[in-house]
Amino acid sequence: MTNSIQELEYAKLLFVIGSNTTEAHPVISYYIKRAVRNGATMIVNDPRRIDLCQWASHYVQINPGSDVAYINGLMREIIANEWHDKVYVEKFTEGFEELRKTVEGYTLERTSEITGVSVETIREVARILHEIHPASVVYTLGITEHICGVDNVRSLANLQMLLGNMGFYAGGLNPLRGQNNVQGSCDMGALPNVFCGYQRVDDSNARRKFEKAWNVTGLSPKPGITMTEMFADALHGSVKALLIAGENVIQTEPHMAHTIRCMEACEFIVLSEIFYNETAPYADVIFPDRAWGEEDGTFSNTERRMQRVRAAVKPQGDARSHWWIMNELGKRMGVDMKFETSNDVWEEMRSLSPGFNGITRERIETIGLQWPCPTTSHPGTPFLHVGGSFTRGKGLFAAIEYSPPAETPDSDYPFWLSTGRRLWHYHTGTQTHNSLGMDDLFGEELIEISPVDAARLGIKTGDWVRASSRRGTITLRAWVIDRSPEGLCWTSFHFAKACANELTIDAFDPISKTAEYKVCAIHLEKAADGEPLGSTLVPRRQARP
Amino acid sequence: MELTIDGRNVPFRAGQTVLDVARENGIYIPTLCWHPRIGPSSRCRLCIVEIEGTRGLQTACSVLAGSGITVRTDTEIVKTARRMTVENLLYDGHHDCIACEANGRCELQDVAYRLGIREYPVVSEPAQLLDDSSAMIVMDPNKCIVCGRCIIACNEIVGNDVLTFSQRGYRTKIVCDTAVPMAESSCVQCGECLQLCPTGAITEKKSAGKGREWELEKVNSTCPYCGVGCQVILHVDRAANRIVRISGREVPPNDGMLCVKGRFAYEFTESPKRLTKPLIKKDGKHVEVSWDEALDYTARRFKEIKEKHGADAFGFIASSRSTNENAYATMKFSRAVIGTNNVDNCART
Repeated sequence: MTNSIQELEYAKLLFVIGSNTTEAHPVISYYIKRAVRNGATMIVNDPRRIDLCQWASHYVQINPGSDVAYINGLMREIIANEWHDKVYVEKFTEGFEELRKTVEGYTLERTSEITGVSVETIREVARILHEIHPASVVYTLGITEHICGVDNVRSLANLQMLLGNMGFYAGGLNPLRGQNNVQGSCDMGALPNVFCGYQRVDDSNARRKFEKAWNVTGLSPKPGITMTEMFADALHGSVKALLIAGENVIQTEPHMAHTIRCMEACEFIVLSEIFYNETAPYADVIFPDRAWGEEDGTFSNTERRMQRVRAAVKPQGDARSHWWIMNELGKRMGVDMKFETSNDVWEEMRSLSPGFNGITRERIETIGLQWPCPTTSHPGTPFLHVGGSFTRGKGLFAAIEYSPPAETPDSDYPFWLSTGRRLWHYHTGTQTHNSLGMDDLFGEELIEISPVDAARLGIKTGDWVRASSRRGTITLRAWVIDRSPEGLCWTSFHFAKACANELTIDAFDPISKTAEYKVCAIHLEKAADGEPLGSTLVPRRQARP
Repeated sequence: MELTIDGRNVPFRAGQTVLDVARENGIYIPTLCWHPRIGPSSRCRLCIVEIEGTRGLQTACSVLAGSGITVRTDTEIVKTARRMTVENLLYDGHHDCIACEANGRCELQDVAYRLGIREYPVVSEPAQLLDDSSAMIVMDPNKCIVCGRCIIACNEIVGNDVLTFSQRGYRTKIVCDTAVPMAESSCVQCGECLQLCPTGAITEKKSAGKGREWELEKVNSTCPYCGVGCQVILHVDRAANRIVRISGREVPPNDGMLCVKGRFAYEFTESPKRLTKPLIKKDGKHVEVSWDEALDYTARRFKEIKEKHGADAFGFIASSRSTNENAYATMKFSRAVIGTNNVDNCART
């Protein structure tokens, strides 16, 4: 997030796109609902009529995967009416002319045709974006999990720069990150192209610094490969060994059958895990890792806030911290990483990361600090790009064309399938299925089908349906609900028994290598009549009485 | 700016209420409906004080401090009125502290103690039924003092709009939606109501009987679920090595609020299905081995693969679930020990 979570309560205009906030980030949704109570205008843009819509002043139903066209159409309307912030664009950005030329092609009519949004609605949304400043753009994986994910994000950045909304309190571009420490893993340099603190591996100064600190020579200047490429390369034979620390990849990666082939092809697989999950059978070695609650350390949240995590209970059995395992393996391979406590790791990281240097464990004893925080007297940074200053100097507009999803419905596979997360579970459920009562709240995966499609196929809530894509088939019960528009089904990957990722497509964004989890084509048919969902299984929705 | 409380001259700042000033100066004024995150609602009438020159008793939570005013918190009239209020609350319900889950963290219990209430009339009406229909939350109307904190919590703080008052006067009670059982209501089990409930009227179902407030150690931590990074207090039974309940810490970013996962999905750490010993696959089967054997074996295989195929034949995936320290260690291991930049995390998936 360029801005802070608590600023959202004071936003004047919220533009939420591709974020099922009440389910995926409930606590952020509380702040958003409070903003609406404070009088904010909220535009929710999503193919599904998600529960957040009930608090929105405007709900814009866009076709799956049409975000770039939608944003371009809005920008064309804004520019045509001279509603953009000309002073901001002039002073703080570059590339406006190219942007203008590109969006020129996204007339109201063409945008409407691609996105399914009416011409009047596009006009209205553009007018609201012009009238209320600053707008806070909130997005989640509905934007990034597309083959055009990077284009989607850059389009939103274009929109916010065009409107002069970057660098202000309660404005900015705010991705809500999915996992507790996905921000932190990136901050720590668990990425193929950067060390901790986003210092590039192809920068010889950075390499020299790390070689000196780590007492090694010859750090590789060549950026590595991404996780999705690791699997593909395992299948092709160039990757021989994988070490996976706490991710149930069989269930989380798209196109499960393909992931299984990759894992089977890999010569040596090591896991650091807390449960014997669906990935475990493929491993040669499994280290029992310490779980949350047993582990001392830090997480970085979505607003760049580094916060303490503390050990509250003794570890189960012989479970050890992952950093200890890495340290022990290092010693056995001739490099002593010299970690004795988790704070040793933190202190080394801090000394090597200018942006995090001011964040000592003492300073975040009670409340976390937001990076950048270069010195121990720096107060941290609640929002970035203050007054229009960007990391690279001027903000660069990117002229972007719309491209359709990798797979679209056809006569064989006539339905869109979109996937995501539910309020009641977390990822592959290793944590939530193993916590008491969570499966009583939501105990089996359901596929959401629109009432129109359900009527046509003779399916009612509780019936068993077979959902197939070109990559696999799952059988699960139906939930007929108007949250899904006609032609679109939705399900999650929380349950191994009927996992959305048996169906999803392994098509990736060319830059981020993120898979298109949000769109693929499926075939749907009724398998058998089912009992109505029991009273405790009736999936509840957040609703205004 | 100064005012006088119980004969003491005390300073105050603009915008402070009489209650704020009294608490800042260690002067006891009881409250039940007031909470820092809710502010004044003047419902419980316990914070009443005498203010010179005003008629009757005033609620300290809602009266702004003024220069030169004289406040008395300890007169007989005030004490009697407070005692009567609390006695009425006690009489109205079934307050059985011995069995109550909130014993030790009950504001009603604390107030009764402070006011020296030793005996109070016993109820004549039969107890009302509990609502324990939901997975996580128990509502006990017999312990409800109708302070309205849960209503504000549910409707204004988290905006889930489930709880509401039903009926009138003496029979007023808190219900879900249109007075349906919680399990059938639109409640999403975030638990904000029980976090702000001052008594045992709304409590955690799973924590019942597992430890008194004063027996449990409090450990501050960060929630392990989504990227919001909510701050939590883990209430831990050290002897049993178990997290008994979780409450929200009232600091950024969540200011005390949590969701169903953050507040209630914590037993996975003590699951009997946890991995507790290193495993190595021998003849197609995973067998338990010692740490040394597992580490030696892995290091040997890593060395062989590195010698035969080079450093770029490795791929490292750091967990986005785990700590920064663990991610850093994976990153350093791949680069400094193996010599490859093939390290990534699940940010892409």
